[in-house]
Amino acid sequence: MKAITGKMPAVALAVLVLFLGASLMDVCAVADETGQVIRITAKRYEYNPGTITVKKGVPVVLEFTSLDRLHGFNCPGLGIRTDIVPGKATTLRLVPQKAGTFPFHCDNFCGSGHEGMTGTIVVTE
Amino acid sequence: MKINRRDFLKLAGYGSAIFVSGLAAPGRWADASGENGFLFVQMSDTHWGFSNPAVNPDSTGTLRKAIAAVNDLKPQPDFIMFTGDLTHTTDDEKERRKRMTEFRDIAGGLKVKKLNYMPGEHDAGLDEGAVFKDIFGLTRYSFDHKGVHFIVLDNVSDPTGSIGDEQLQWLSADLKKQDKGARIVVFTHRPLFDLAPDWDWHTRDGAKALDLLMPWTNVTVFYGHIHQENHRTTGHITHHSARGLMYPLPAPYSVPKKMPVPWDSAQPYKGLGFRSVDAKVGKAAYDLTEYGVKGERL
Repeated sequence: MKAITGKMPAVALAVLVLFLGASLMDVCAVADETGQVIRITAKRYEYNPGTITVKKGVPVVLEFTSLDRLHGFNCPGLGIRTDIVPGKATTLRLVPQKAGTFPFHCDNFCGSGHEGMTGTIVVTE
Repeated sequence: MKINRRDFLKLAGYGSAIFVSGLAAPGRWADASGENGFLFVQMSDTHWGFSNPAVNPDSTGTLRKAIAAVNDLKPQPDFIMFTGDLTHTTDDEKERRKRMTEFRDIAGGLKVKKLNYMPGEHDAGLDEGAVFKDIFGLTRYSFDHKGVHFIVLDNVSDPTGSIGDEQLQWLSADLKKQDKGARIVVFTHRPLFDLAPDWDWHTRDGAKALDLLMPWTNVTVFYGHIHQENHRTTGHITHHSARGLMYPLPAPYSVPKKMPVPWDSAQPYKGLGFRSVDAKVGKAAYDLTEYGVKGERL
């Protein structure tokens, strides 16, 4: 990185800084507008975090990334599901309307531990 | 509408429910093949390679016992249909191939030599059916037997549990060759209808397949996946799931979490078994006979 920055013209560096800054601002803007962003990774055979705590009535964005293969996220109690495809972030926007504990599971067959790939969303008052 | 097997047969108006109950005289079997029709046997969810003594302490013997029981049937069925999950899944491809090879060799002990296979998600969900195809052949196909058109649909090689548009087009083309009143039997692993989607007991695009099948007036679906009998109708299409041959699963949504039913030493092999299907000439429905692992009628 040192060698690269050493040869990088000052203008290009400034453009890069501006670009990164703008991207960061975009993310913050989305988060501010839609609520907290919770990043969740999926891999054989677990979600991290496995327990997601959110507040009733407060918007959140669940952002999923797969670290290995196709997985699924299905939370029947909250009526949300998505495929989690490797190589791209997948988002679900959620405004929980009821407090409680809602299990979720992987619904794309992913291997010997598939049946145990589960987690929980806790919605507090 | 939820009906059990006995209700279903009563509703269908077949007095042969007594046949199903196990009280039929042996001579009745003489009508079950030859000119008056034929028998086939459905075996399902054998999960070869599964190992958990608390669930099945005879995991390597159960399949062999069932095969011995099928070999004792008189008369013999015309063919056997294995409706998926021949093997228990493994993340190791070499082990997957080994389990399928062992299963094929054990199934070779059946007296009936016309054996039809299809995969379950445990066989095909991790490699889109690659090893299964190497050992058993196609994952979808159709064939005709004594006036019945049989269609095998693959709803497991896609890990999302879908049939897929390309296969649906194939199904449509296959159906168009049949008269609207033709006797059609469809074999799938997963149920085509939404039996219990939260338990993964459905096919994501199963409704599309059922829509394609609806114009044909005589369609019956036999499937596996749920390790227990279940008998439903969607429109005029009847759906029969089979017992498994490794471990039973609980009734849909009867418990908070789907888990294998533990072994009951007081009633070994309870919930396991296979099915004989009697397809009589000129009859729209089929007579089902359920057997336990050792061949006892249920």
